[in-house]
Amino acid sequence: MDDSMVEQILSSGLPEKTKNDLMTFMEGKKITSEQFEKVMKQVFVEYGNTRVEPCEAVGVIAAQSIGEPGTQMTMRTFHYAGVAEINVTLGLPRLIEIMDARKTPSTPTMTIYLKEEFNTNRDRARDVSWQIEATRLSEFGDVTTDLVNMEILVNINKEVCQKRKISVEAIMEKAPEKIRSRHHYRDFVHEADADKAVIHFFPKNAESYQNLFQLHNHVRDVIVQGIDDIERVVVRKESGEYILYTEGSNLKDVFQVEGVDTSRTRTNNIAEISEVLGIEAGRNAIIDEALSTLREQGIQVDVRHIMLVADMMCMDGEVKQIGRHGIAGEKESVLSRAAFEVTVNHLLDAAVANEEDVLEGVTENVIVGQPIQLGTGDVKLIAKPIN
Amino acid sequence: MSTKEFSVLNHVMVPEHHIMTQEEVDDLLSTYKITHDQLPKIYHDDPAVKAIGGAIHDIVRIVRNSQTAGRAESYRMVVKRPKK
Repeated sequence: MDDSMVEQILSSGLPEKTKNDLMTFMEGKKITSEQFEKVMKQVFVEYGNTRVEPCEAVGVIAAQSIGEPGTQMTMRTFHYAGVAEINVTLGLPRLIEIMDARKTPSTPTMTIYLKEEFNTNRDRARDVSWQIEATRLSEFGDVTTDLVNMEILVNINKEVCQKRKISVEAIMEKAPEKIRSRHHYRDFVHEADADKAVIHFFPKNAESYQNLFQLHNHVRDVIVQGIDDIERVVVRKESGEYILYTEGSNLKDVFQVEGVDTSRTRTNNIAEISEVLGIEAGRNAIIDEALSTLREQGIQVDVRHIMLVADMMCMDGEVKQIGRHGIAGEKESVLSRAAFEVTVNHLLDAAVANEEDVLEGVTENVIVGQPIQLGTGDVKLIAKPIN
Repeated sequence: MSTKEFSVLNHVMVPEHHIMTQEEVDDLLSTYKITHDQLPKIYHDDPAVKAIGGAIHDIVRIVRNSQTAGRAESYRMVVKRPKK
């Protein structure tokens, strides 16, 4: 293969992937210009065949191509134990979740990749995980209720603090502050003794046992280390590096943690991705999630169908669901919307608002009995006068 | 906790975003015979738009890593996020 052929491939207007495939195939082979012509001609024919015809109803084909294998999914298991003891919703419920663009999935999880200095050493990976996993005050020491002095005593265990890389002072500072800000409970005063590693909490009303027990619950459950939404972190070694899997998701806060690789870390919460990383990342997330859900069930669906769905969902700059609150509910045509769901409401609202229907879509034209504008129905013949 | 700035554009899930010049926009619209508002939208406060410093009514070229084509270009118009 000579340079002029490479040139010709590069300027051929074929997709990048086809060009690369073609070049790797022909690399180092002896090809005459006649053969090359023949190959290029056939490549163009094949490429033309893979393209969608004009006026093809791609949406309907995508719906059927995803819907038909979807019927087989219901018969299989609903939930499936996922990676690393973390339970993840898979199968049809997950697919519905993706298409409905739920704000939070039923089992949010994150896959946290670590920077190079952290991902080869289990201990260093574990250290990062301490910064992420939400840990309650009760894990750092004993929380006891003293009914005689009407106070709550917290004996902080210094060994645990050392293991989890947090200072006793930090806990002492954080615990009361967090009870006030996160639990919205302010009826107490506290005294911290750093030398003995003890915190005393006194309820403001020293007479009430109820207040004391309430305070006890708040003190026990206050999260002093980690990110509130992330309940569990599992460290796993995969293809030579340590990766953290989490139960619960908070992309924004995890990105702030030292040692986290902010270029690869991801979550299964699509709404969160589109918020933190933008709509284009959201589109990629929809494709990846839908594809992996289907693949996991052993179903092969062409990516192009899923890409079409993802493109539709992300068209307007935010992730919209497929359904009456999203894409289907925002169609121009009244008749089309009425044909989908809540018929009467749409017709009534349209009548009140004096809406018009220009009859451009498929559904409207079927309703009124006209040829639909798809395939041959969208082509108009114009006769050219002979002279 | 590190306060080091991270850029969303470095993330593997975020494709390249570029602001297009007026000439490029005119070229694009005439090749596809479309108007501005027929393009897909992207909000002005989208993290990727903020990162490249796009303003409302700019047109952003997005170069995606497509699973089918290898590399695919797409375009979005920057619009203001509607109030809820």
